[in-house]
Amino acid sequence: MKKKIVSALLCLSMAATMLAGCGSDGKETNTEKKDNTQQEAGADNAESDEGKVLNIYVWNEEFKSRVAAHYPGYEEVDATTGKIGDVTVKWNITPTDDNAYQNNLDAALLEQADAADDDKIDIFLLEADYALKYVNTDYTMPIKELGITEEDLANQYPYTKDIVTDSEGELKGLSWQACPGALFYNREAAMEIFGTYEPEEIQKYVKDWDTFTETAKTLKDNGYSIVSSANDTYRVYSNNVTSKWVEDGKINIDDNLMKWVEDSKKLVEAGYVGTHDMWSDDWSKGFYPDGKVFAYFGPAWLINFCMAADTEGSIANAGGWAATEGPQGFYWGGTWIAAATGTDNPTLVKDIMLTLTADEDTMIDIVKDDDDFVNNKPAMEAMAEDESYQSGVLGGQNPLGIFCKGVDDLDLSNLSPYDAGCNEEFQGAMANYFKGNATLDEALDQFYKAVVEKYPELTY
Amino acid sequence: MKKKGKVVRYNKWGYIFLLPFMVVFVVFQLIPLFTTIYNSFFENYRSGLMQVGPNFVGLDNYKRLFVEGDVWIYAKNTLIMWIMCFVPQILLSLLLGAWFSDVSLKLRGSRFFKTVIYLPNLIMASAFAMLFFTLFSDGGPVNSLLMQLGIIHTPYQFLSHVGSTRGLIALMNCLMWFGNTTILLMAGMMGIDTSLFEAAEVDGATSTQVFFRITLPLLRPILVYVMITSLIGGLQLFDVPQILTNGTGDPVRSSMTLIMFLNKHLYSKNYGMSGALSVILFIITGILSLIVFKVTGNDKRKG
Amino acid sequence: MAKNEKQNVKQGMGVHARRAIAYVTLIIISFFCLFWFYILIINATRSNGEMSSGFTAIPSTHLLENWKNLLAGTLPVWSGMLNSLIVAVGTAVLCVYFSTMTAYAIHAYDFKIKKYVYPFILMIMMIPTQVTALGFVQLIGNLGLEDSFIPLIVPAIASPVTFFYMKQSMESSLPLSLIEAARIDGSGEFRTFNHIVLPLMKPAIAVQAIFSFVSSWNNYFTPALILHDNKKKTLPILIAQLRSADWLKFDMGQVYVMIAFSIFPVIIVYLILSKHIVQGVALGSVKE
Repeated sequence: MKKKIVSALLCLSMAATMLAGCGSDGKETNTEKKDNTQQEAGADNAESDEGKVLNIYVWNEEFKSRVAAHYPGYEEVDATTGKIGDVTVKWNITPTDDNAYQNNLDAALLEQADAADDDKIDIFLLEADYALKYVNTDYTMPIKELGITEEDLANQYPYTKDIVTDSEGELKGLSWQACPGALFYNREAAMEIFGTYEPEEIQKYVKDWDTFTETAKTLKDNGYSIVSSANDTYRVYSNNVTSKWVEDGKINIDDNLMKWVEDSKKLVEAGYVGTHDMWSDDWSKGFYPDGKVFAYFGPAWLINFCMAADTEGSIANAGGWAATEGPQGFYWGGTWIAAATGTDNPTLVKDIMLTLTADEDTMIDIVKDDDDFVNNKPAMEAMAEDESYQSGVLGGQNPLGIFCKGVDDLDLSNLSPYDAGCNEEFQGAMANYFKGNATLDEALDQFYKAVVEKYPELTY
Repeated sequence: MKKKGKVVRYNKWGYIFLLPFMVVFVVFQLIPLFTTIYNSFFENYRSGLMQVGPNFVGLDNYKRLFVEGDVWIYAKNTLIMWIMCFVPQILLSLLLGAWFSDVSLKLRGSRFFKTVIYLPNLIMASAFAMLFFTLFSDGGPVNSLLMQLGIIHTPYQFLSHVGSTRGLIALMNCLMWFGNTTILLMAGMMGIDTSLFEAAEVDGATSTQVFFRITLPLLRPILVYVMITSLIGGLQLFDVPQILTNGTGDPVRSSMTLIMFLNKHLYSKNYGMSGALSVILFIITGILSLIVFKVTGNDKRKG
Repeated sequence: MAKNEKQNVKQGMGVHARRAIAYVTLIIISFFCLFWFYILIINATRSNGEMSSGFTAIPSTHLLENWKNLLAGTLPVWSGMLNSLIVAVGTAVLCVYFSTMTAYAIHAYDFKIKKYVYPFILMIMMIPTQVTALGFVQLIGNLGLEDSFIPLIVPAIASPVTFFYMKQSMESSLPLSLIEAARIDGSGEFRTFNHIVLPLMKPAIAVQAIFSFVSSWNNYFTPALILHDNKKKTLPILIAQLRSADWLKFDMGQVYVMIAFSIFPVIIVYLILSKHIVQGVALGSVKE
């Protein structure tokens, strides 16, 4: 962890420099304000006759540590309980393995109406992959019913709202993070092959998918894979679809996804990219120069924390990556906070949501302390302009502008509650096609079958 | 007359001793089981958080399973992988058991070996699969070793070929369970009267003869047990292929087992289909176990 | 006579060759059995970053660091160990005791429904556990037994597979005449079972105790559905939780340290219990 702490400290000091503009007064006002809110929150709770237990369902410790560090008045009692004023906070943590988190949450939500007030779920967390499964039901409370207005959320990235907006256009969740992505490429390889590593120049080689495929050939001739695996590009295609996975109960494959299949088949067959699963050893070998991978698609957290920046000899360690937008914008990751219908602590829920996702000072604190890319467009754009902010792993480049640009016009209105299952099965089935174990028709057939097993109500 | 009364008095203890098992069984297994069978006649699943059904559909769930024909493919996969794992496993276990019990061999350190063979079973299947994944990845140590030895020139994609995927699954299972089987067999061999071996020695029997004429027949009750439980375990083959193939049963579902298929229906809380599949699975296991019982004969002979 | 001699010679030559083969095979097998522990430990000494650079067989220097990070995290590692111990010991004890009792009921007594009970238990042995899982969880919810160890331990009383093994081994090592003798001595039935039958079945009990201890120790599926309170969780759930950590905290080094940590107690229990089996086998062969 020491090394990790070092890297975290590094980021922290980077964040500190980038906020140097605000100066120390900014910070002071900040703390002052915190104190005020703390008093207010305490007063609110004392007066209200709301519940005395706040139940929060999560799958890991991330949200808990955010609340502990940034919500005024939160006191930790032990690993799964805390206190805010005289309200006890109970954390129900179930890991995601084997679908355990959702199974547990489903069971609790179905009991919600009959549960005693102190056992009712108040807050639960969602990932983008299955958000709509919950958002499209009455188990999640519309944000506006909590008294949160659109103006409160004006600074949030639109795509983070698309993901948790139900079929009637009602916003049902909020996130403190945004995870826009970029294309990270190897500076050294770029210099060697294209004679430059300037992002503007490299962007020309990857500006759209056809150019991308041509560039892949050039790279292959020079001994590099353009990306590690065909799965790397999937997210970029699937974030830019123009139709939903399911239309009127029928499974529908968007043209952009078929284009992914077509493009990837070409790349794989020509030997330009592999077919490894994400996160496998084969996939991550390109974090090191010997892996001969030209680029990875990813958000800020991928490069800061997952690409072995703290390990001697990795490209990130030497600051050897650079960022550019790539063919299309996309996002990757993120956690959404939803309020459960029937909560007996609506005021507190509202206050937690607002503090973490809409309060600029708190959010800047999160950036500083936790290195999150927060869901606050003006704040992040201001940082993008700040020349003193330099990313070590990116060799001193400030990538925030690129990140911001990518998600600006990202349109995620074509999400469906079936996305998690469909994306997973589609990639799995197509891998068989890419490897030559199945024809396209066989692979599609396998895909349809697998989806219907998961969602028996669908047809194809 | 008096004696009979006494026997009856004793025999009520049979019921008493049976009681805890039965009570617990009824509460924790039988009730859920009946729900399962009952459910197999209904369309009953959850779409997101919305419950669909239960609507009575008779045998529709069964029909769908058979018409789509996938059950047979997965049953075949399961059986193939079970055989690939069980045959080497039982042979190895018998061999080790025979060596350990063979006095003429005078193996040194046999206590060490006896202890070591069960150890792989102590590792969680998920951790074990993580390690296998690392070792057999395209750029992993196994591939680089094979390439250095000049056996292959490009990395062999172990998990992209039917044979090697099934082979790895069988190998992992075999590694995890052969120690278990050997322990069972050794424990069984303890029950054998050593004077029988001495007598055989005096008669000049070779160790092979001793093994086939004395050890094996006397081991029959335990062998039957091993066969049946391994068969049941084999049909329930799940965690290793599930983790190794990430639940996909790739390539093209050739390593998808019956329980993995069942798990897919459980994912969508499809009580109807998973109920029907469970009943089918139950029947298949029953038939196969009956065959094993018949083939190995009734274990009436006392050891 | 001559034939006999020839056979002896042949056998005598065979012993050396066979012994050599046996040693080589055993050493290879032992290597494959121990190898995994070696890699686990190696991986536990490596940092998350080092792990992503691929596999090596050389230990690194981050063992203590990984361990400290694990303890510094919020996961209750020690209480997880304690919970795992309670559940696994409870399961193993109940499982072997009551399975032996059930097997004894079938083995030693004659009663009307006996001929139905035995095949019935064999039948239920074939029901895959996954089949009843959903019903089981509903039942536990209705009984209000979530976050309790009862649904993890008590069902072990009805373990058909252990029962079947006990029944098989009683057939070969528990003569009914012994029970008759005890009765003549005036021993009560319950006493006979506890003081005569149980000690006699010790090797078989040791075998099944190991098996049930290990499978309960490594069980993730059922506990994950039932235990939600961090203080009640068993080690496999904590490991899974560590693996689903957010990107800021995700650390394979910690995962491997935790796996290694959770394996130690099983190894110790196994070594203690395996003595009974190994010694028993040794006794059999010493007698010659």
